[in-house]
Amino acid sequence: MKSYICDIVVNLAAMVIALRNLSKSYETAEGRLEVLRGINLDLGAGDSVALTGESGSGKSTLLHLVAGLDRPDAGEIVIGGRDISKLDDRGRAAYRRTEVGLVFQQFNLIPSLDVAANIAFHAKLAGRHDPAWENELVERLGVGTLLTRYPEQLSSGQQQRVAIGRTLAARPGLVLADEPTGNLDEANGDAVLDLMLSLSKGTGSTLLMVTHSQRLADRLDRQVHLRSGKIE
Amino acid sequence: MTIWTVATALLSHWRRRPLQLGALMLGLALATALWSGVQAVNAEARASYARAAAALDQNGLAHLVSPHGRSIPRAAFVRLRRAGWNVSPVLEGEYRFGATRLRVIGIEPLTMPAETQTVDLRNAGDLLSFISPPGTLVVSPDTAEKIRGKTDLALRVSDRMPDGAAFVDIGLAERLLRRDGELTRIVIAENQRPGLEPLGTLAPALSVREPSAQSDVEHLTESFHLNLTAFGFLAFAVGLFIVYSTIGLAFEQRRPTFRTLRCLGVSLSALAVLLLAELVLFALAAAAAGVIIGYLIASLLLPGVAATLEGLYGASVPGTLSLRPEWWLSGFAIAVAGTLVSSTQSLLRLMRVPLLTAAQPQTWGRASQTGRRFQVLAAAALLGLSGALILWADGLQAGFGVLGCLLLGASLLLPAVLSGFLTLMQRASSGALVTWFWADARQQLPGLSLALMALLLALAANVGVGTMVSSFRLTFVGWLDQRLAAELYVAARNEPEADRLRAWLATKVESVLPISSVDVEIRGQPMQIFGVVDDPTYREHWPLIVGLPDVWDRVASGEGVLVNEQFWRRERLRIGDQLDLASDWKSTVVGVYSDYGNPKGQVIAGINALTSRYPEVSRLRYGLRVQPDQVPDLRSSLSDEFGLPPDNIVDQAALKEQSRRIFDRTFLVTGALNIFTLGVAALAMFSSLLTLSEMRLPQLAPVWAMGVTRRDLALLEVLRTLVLWLATFFTALPLGLALAWVLLAVVNVEAFGWRLPMHIFPYEWVRLGLVALAAAVVSIFIPLRRLAGLAPSELLKVFANER
Ligand SMILES: Nc1ncnc2c1ncn2[C@@H]1O[C@H](COP(=O)(O)OP(=O)(O)O)[C@@H](O)[C@H]1O
Ligand SMILES: [Mg+2]
Repeated sequence: MKSYICDIVVNLAAMVIALRNLSKSYETAEGRLEVLRGINLDLGAGDSVALTGESGSGKSTLLHLVAGLDRPDAGEIVIGGRDISKLDDRGRAAYRRTEVGLVFQQFNLIPSLDVAANIAFHAKLAGRHDPAWENELVERLGVGTLLTRYPEQLSSGQQQRVAIGRTLAARPGLVLADEPTGNLDEANGDAVLDLMLSLSKGTGSTLLMVTHSQRLADRLDRQVHLRSGKIE
Repeated sequence: MTIWTVATALLSHWRRRPLQLGALMLGLALATALWSGVQAVNAEARASYARAAAALDQNGLAHLVSPHGRSIPRAAFVRLRRAGWNVSPVLEGEYRFGATRLRVIGIEPLTMPAETQTVDLRNAGDLLSFISPPGTLVVSPDTAEKIRGKTDLALRVSDRMPDGAAFVDIGLAERLLRRDGELTRIVIAENQRPGLEPLGTLAPALSVREPSAQSDVEHLTESFHLNLTAFGFLAFAVGLFIVYSTIGLAFEQRRPTFRTLRCLGVSLSALAVLLLAELVLFALAAAAAGVIIGYLIASLLLPGVAATLEGLYGASVPGTLSLRPEWWLSGFAIAVAGTLVSSTQSLLRLMRVPLLTAAQPQTWGRASQTGRRFQVLAAAALLGLSGALILWADGLQAGFGVLGCLLLGASLLLPAVLSGFLTLMQRASSGALVTWFWADARQQLPGLSLALMALLLALAANVGVGTMVSSFRLTFVGWLDQRLAAELYVAARNEPEADRLRAWLATKVESVLPISSVDVEIRGQPMQIFGVVDDPTYREHWPLIVGLPDVWDRVASGEGVLVNEQFWRRERLRIGDQLDLASDWKSTVVGVYSDYGNPKGQVIAGINALTSRYPEVSRLRYGLRVQPDQVPDLRSSLSDEFGLPPDNIVDQAALKEQSRRIFDRTFLVTGALNIFTLGVAALAMFSSLLTLSEMRLPQLAPVWAMGVTRRDLALLEVLRTLVLWLATFFTALPLGLALAWVLLAVVNVEAFGWRLPMHIFPYEWVRLGLVALAAAVVSIFIPLRRLAGLAPSELLKVFANER
């Protein structure tokens, strides 16, 4: 009952995303590498979108820009009504802290903290620590027996469940996932993805997920394909 | 594939990590430098003792001496000569030329065995001027400089003479020392005619002293050199921490290269040999630098050491260093040995780990659970052992054993202590960042623990030695105030002048305290007996440690004597014990006084008791008690009336100043070594932090991604380092105090013969803390700049999928 009320609150905070003419290039030893050349993309509040594309097509680059981890060369990233590419370092850190949740292929848990502390970490940083909600997540993710273990003592599937728990515990308006099941075997990957989808639906977050599995992409609301630096 | 190709592949690691190579070389070079610097100082001092002993004491030969250190009648010598023994007489004593006190050694050039002749008198003209009036003093160039113009005697300069001594003809010695017909010892030449009447029957009152390998000075200064060696070793060990951790990391990081090479058909043994060759090469290069730095350090330290040895033991050591090949060799040997010792573990691991195990630089340095438990157990055992040694063992070696066990045990315990502290802090905190801060510090601990252990050793040595020196200084200054109670000290140039001086002073000052002493041998040790008059100055001021209530009455009546602390401890004397002062003089010990800075045993007797046994004792020097404001007047009238040179009238303030200066110079060396050791520890910390900063990214990137700015992360890194330094610093305080206690109560007693009260100087800790803090900030500076200046794309690489 309690979680239902919370869901409504978070639903109101779900994000509308608008990317306009986004471009990004890298300086490499062989010269300038243009990765994104004018991306335009709109995501509605609560949408779940799969981002597909060849390896090296710039999916991760795009995700990092939306996450405020890096800055575009040109273009706008309007999220919740403001352009986050115009924010300074501190502003983007605050945006990441309070509005975005990230799930990586490598899980990237904090090695010095145990599972319980890892799950609570982002929520605490965001100022939304809610033990009841975290307990519920722990139960749904099935990591209740692992709470005092450290990341290095977990299997890949377990680590990814914890990473998802960490992200969702903070109730971010926007969840960004970069091949979250890429390191898992198929059965495990499906189970984890199911959990993530149902949980993020439950919190009403907007979800942008990179994957190159068509099977997984089909399970989301929408799919966009990246090729030659543009959305097809 | 040629060996050269393989070697290039291995060495390329260092080209890509010049800082790592720099840390390795610098650590090794500094460790070698401190060790070989100390060795150079010791070797120089020992060589000079040996030179002096060979030149002055003829200690390569046996001697005849009188058991109580009394003089030998010349008749005994004549009897031996007549019986056909090849022997030569020596008369020696101290004589003042102005303010310069020289050890005057009277010899008979015609009978002195040639092999011990320091002075070349084979030329007839030289010999003639040596033995005929007015006489010649053979002295070192420095000594000649000091006494030129203060004597009518001719001076002859010899490079082979040690400072502070003069060879004269024995006839001249008799006149100067006013000991007509007396000898100090008789040298027995090696080649003797067969069938001579034995010495025991010819001179039954004398005993033979066999040639000794070690001179008196060498014996006295042994503890001082042991101290220096201990310090040099500590610095060396601290330096090896750097070498150990750098080599460990470099091996771990090169694991993929090793694997590739092995897959390409390079055998394990070839690989090991190449790596060993690489290490030895590095060791040799670092040793060359280290020995040169060591030479510089030694030449910086030597004047201080020379001053110390002069002040504490009266041993004369030149202030300049000569290059000795054996010392170069030992520098190289210790560098190579140190490198091999600190790389054994890495090499063994290389041999054991299977070919396909991936490199794990992230977990490098993390000890296993059992390893940690073993470490704590070893620490407990060592600390227990040091306790046991304090309780049940004695001797200088045991003292250093206590120090070693204490330091090693405490440093092994340090990681566990810090880990406990960090766990507590983590439990007590609730915020996400704060909790992570402590948790991460704990995770970094294994990688830093070697550096922190080195830091602990250096800090504890600083606190310990600092406390010891400051305690000593405080005690020493207070003691000087008591001991130097007379306002003015005056020395007459000869006995008639001394008589006039006494008569003149009788009406001018409150009291005249004669300073008369004889050098004797008591219980086989060189000693001095001082004679004192009965005066309130002694009753009120003399620094007694224990004594009977009426001790000064007993001394004045000649019934008892006082002994100094070092003699009291060495001989385990008790109040009421009988002491044989001379063959016809026994007395009772009635008190003990402290006598810092004096290596020799000393006895204080009533002046009448002394002069009745030694009527010819010199009575040239006096302490004068006057009102302090009359000192300048008295001084000027003394020089007007007697024409005494300024050196012969010294006031209390000048004397105290001089003593304090000697004291401070004495511990200059210790201070310098302390600073060096701290510097090496800071370097160890720096190289560890640099190493860790390479592995930090995967740990920091997720936190950054979750919305903590790079600036805040950098700030937390600084704080974390400072917390570890501070925690180590606070652990070092009790350890340092324990160290100081062992130094004061065990090592000093064994080394110098006196025990000092321990004083605590928190202000010095604050100063040391600030120095350590500054070093901490410097050590984190480069790793931090790396982190703060990191481009987001660097951090993003952590999240890149293709890893
Ligand atoms: N920091 C960087 N510097 C230079 N090139 C980069 C950097 N990050 C990514 N790239 C390049 O940009 C291209 C897109 O990379 P990425 O976004 O990771 O692709 P994807 O995630 O679709 O596989 C690749 O060719 C990659 O090599
Ligand atoms: Mg990618």
